[in-house]
Amino acid sequence: MTKSVETPLWEVFIRPRNGLSHRHCGSLHAADAELALQAARDVYTRRGEGQSVWVVPSASIIASDPQDKDMMFEPSDDKIYRHPTFYDIPDDIGHM
Amino acid sequence: MNNDILFKGLLRLADDHLILSQRLSEWCGHAPNLEEDLALSNIALDLIGQARALYSWAGETEGKGRSEDDLAFLRLEREYVNLQLCEISNHDFGFTVLRQLAFSLYMRNFWEHATQSSEEQLCGIAAKAIKESTYHVRHCAEWVIRLGDGTEESQNRMNDAIERLSPYWGELFEDDDIVGALAKDKVMPLPSSIKSSWHKEMQSIFNEAGLTLPDIELTLSGGRQGYHTEEMGYLLSELQYMQRTYPNMSW
Repeated sequence: MTKSVETPLWEVFIRPRNGLSHRHCGSLHAADAELALQAARDVYTRRGEGQSVWVVPSASIIASDPQDKDMMFEPSDDKIYRHPTFYDIPDDIGHM
Repeated sequence: MNNDILFKGLLRLADDHLILSQRLSEWCGHAPNLEEDLALSNIALDLIGQARALYSWAGETEGKGRSEDDLAFLRLEREYVNLQLCEISNHDFGFTVLRQLAFSLYMRNFWEHATQSSEEQLCGIAAKAIKESTYHVRHCAEWVIRLGDGTEESQNRMNDAIERLSPYWGELFEDDDIVGALAKDKVMPLPSSIKSSWHKEMQSIFNEAGLTLPDIELTLSGGRQGYHTEEMGYLLSELQYMQRTYPNMSW
């Protein structure tokens, strides 16, 4: 099971049912887009998980830097008013 | 339809699928990468599923009380009637995908015809199998194209695989009295009738791969009469080991 360093990495997204959105479910190595799509089908949809598959080159994903975590996300921690918990939901609405 | 002839026809199909599945399974844990390991095992499992449906029906048709397991595991080498193409060793990855492409392309055409079979049970098996074999063709064709049009090493290996495999392709399209009778009653298509569309599709894949498709002639034959290559005995001893050692075991 040697893996050539040049084989690109792909991120796999699967939509389990109509009406749901694609969810990231893992990654794999493949030489090109068509093989990546086939590998995604073979690796991640063996148990009827999917109706649709997306593969995206991992290199195309622009990710936030883990070192920026505090700057990026901490400022939202004390702004509880952003959560919609201050509204009275009328009974007629039912479960939200 | 005469039950004896139907039994013989079903057994040929079932044996092709079982034996090729056994060969493919040898890649499990040994494929060039994890993704392909799963892909080849998936194909092997599809083939096993098709073989099971065919064996159980063959057993009923024969009417001697033999189950799918009896037929799969408890016959002698000369009683297996698979194509020699299905039994020869995997050699390398390129050889394996080219063999699979040749077989799956044949079977996809076969199943297309079989969806119109006069035997309803075959129509049912074909309806499921056609989706599986369509994917097998797609997957293997992509690899043949990439390896044929890849590096000098991969191209050499593909040319080597063509040289080793093509003598076994003629047997795919060989007719005899049994398939003749099955075709006459519109149970299964005549193997020779599949050759032109097989050839056309194979040619277009080979063109894309930059490979040369040799003329397909009947060179090696005998699998349908139970004559096998030296490699068949080794395959069967592994395949049958558990049932021979622990008769009637199940899990």
